[in-house]
Amino acid sequence: MSAIPDDVALNLLIFFLATFLGLQLVQRVSRLLHTPLMSLTNAISSVSIVAALIVLADPKDDLVLFLVIVAIALVFTNIVSGFLITERILRLFRRKDKK
Amino acid sequence: MSQLFEYLYVIAIAFFAISIKGLSEVRTSRYGNWLAAAGMVFAIGGTLTAYAVQRVDLLVIAVAVGAIIGAPIAVKVPMTAVPQRTAVSHAFGSLAVALVGTAEYYQRLPGIDSYTMTVLTAEMILGYLTFMGSCIAFAKLQGLLPGRPLVYGPRNFLSLSILAITIAIGVYLIADPGQSFVLPIMAGFAILFGFVLVMAIGGADMPTVIAILNSYAGMSAAALGFVLNNQVLIVAGALDGSSGFILALVMSQAMNRSFTNVLFGGVGGVSSKAAGGAAPGARTVAAYTIDDVATILDNARSVVFVPGYGMAVAQAQHVVKEVADLLQAKGIDVKYGIHPVAGRMPGHMNVLLAEAQVPYDQLWEMDRINPLFPETDVVIVVGANDVTNPAARTRADSPLFGMPILNVDKAKTVVFVKRSMNPGFSGVENELFYLPNTMMVFGDAKKVLADLVASLKKQ
Repeated sequence: MSAIPDDVALNLLIFFLATFLGLQLVQRVSRLLHTPLMSLTNAISSVSIVAALIVLADPKDDLVLFLVIVAIALVFTNIVSGFLITERILRLFRRKDKK
Repeated sequence: MSQLFEYLYVIAIAFFAISIKGLSEVRTSRYGNWLAAAGMVFAIGGTLTAYAVQRVDLLVIAVAVGAIIGAPIAVKVPMTAVPQRTAVSHAFGSLAVALVGTAEYYQRLPGIDSYTMTVLTAEMILGYLTFMGSCIAFAKLQGLLPGRPLVYGPRNFLSLSILAITIAIGVYLIADPGQSFVLPIMAGFAILFGFVLVMAIGGADMPTVIAILNSYAGMSAAALGFVLNNQVLIVAGALDGSSGFILALVMSQAMNRSFTNVLFGGVGGVSSKAAGGAAPGARTVAAYTIDDVATILDNARSVVFVPGYGMAVAQAQHVVKEVADLLQAKGIDVKYGIHPVAGRMPGHMNVLLAEAQVPYDQLWEMDRINPLFPETDVVIVVGANDVTNPAARTRADSPLFGMPILNVDKAKTVVFVKRSMNPGFSGVENELFYLPNTMMVFGDAKKVLADLVASLKKQ
């Protein structure tokens, strides 16, 4: 078991709690908003840009650099379009009395 | 000692969780979105304080490219095409995660421990297959590929074999991470699996498939978080993964099918045994004119619209609202009955009707609207089909049997707007057409409803 880094148990705990929280929160999301829910969680998971930035702090060679830069372009597309389109969709929902 | 970036990560994580909470109500939903965006700024900012990023020039170019592609997508995409945009974002997101995983593999190459290699392998397989699966989903939704499932004899055997080969190569790579030449082969097989998996799935199953791909994309992001020991990524991936999972569950329950059946069942291909009931030729359908419908509506007190994918295709949501406005002006009560799988992604119909400025308190989900149908005077079905088929309730031999439906047949009159007599996606004929209280109106949904507006105004 020595091959397993120290933080794994802690990370598993965080993963378990986050999944549990996610399941609870999403079950309470209004059914009206399932489409923006998907675009929002998709934008949130674009935080994987952080992983690309960490690798970019010390890229070993040009191949690694290339892969990471392409990944950043892709994921930044999602960040920008994800939050903007969620805002656009949410703005469509309005109440009767606010006409 | 914890460092600054770790505290910033905690803020980001809190914001992400609270943002989803914001979507529990329309009122708070926009704050939720902005909170998540702020969380993103904290996560990225925190990372930049802790890691000295190299090649800022290339970083700026990549970010600029992302912004230039992303902003027009967000601003210009019509609401009817939101499912396609979602598929594209799953493709981009999962490819990015797979590429970073691949980069991380080469980065650590000589000395990768077997734990890291196991997680990386799972992450790359998931990422690459989700990428290709989402590309195919996009092509089907966009009409670049036919929407019907590609069904052939041993397709499940073939796709499971491809998956088995992918995993076998993965195990080989975990056993000997130095064999870097097998990584592209593994990625290739994962991509091939994503291809055959989604090719076999038909258009009406897309809400479930998109949700499953959503869940996979989140899981692969969380796996990358484990590799990099990065908690903000673990939490964000877990939130995304669990959200996709719940949505997939809601969708498949609304079709009374299991995930396995959606992924490997291939419903709607060859409608072999379908048909159901007496020889179709023996029964007649009563076709009505627009003016007949206007007359019926004139005497109604309550009307329920039931929209489906056909409304999206015909872009008929605005003219539906026009009809509804005229009815309301006459003092008629108007509601909309929304089946969970109507359309091509979870919540699709709600977004389209909201776009047409339908107040959201008129949007009634299936469980709430079903008890009201017996008291409803007129139901107008626009572009929906299988989700209204009473055979799902009554005919044990029907492929739809057991699927929860909108019980529109219980209303006093059903107006069914339809292009032709072709059966719906499932290939099953709709029993509803032959009921005495059903008025069939043939034609393009947008045109029929526009004519109805004219006819109602005349009265």
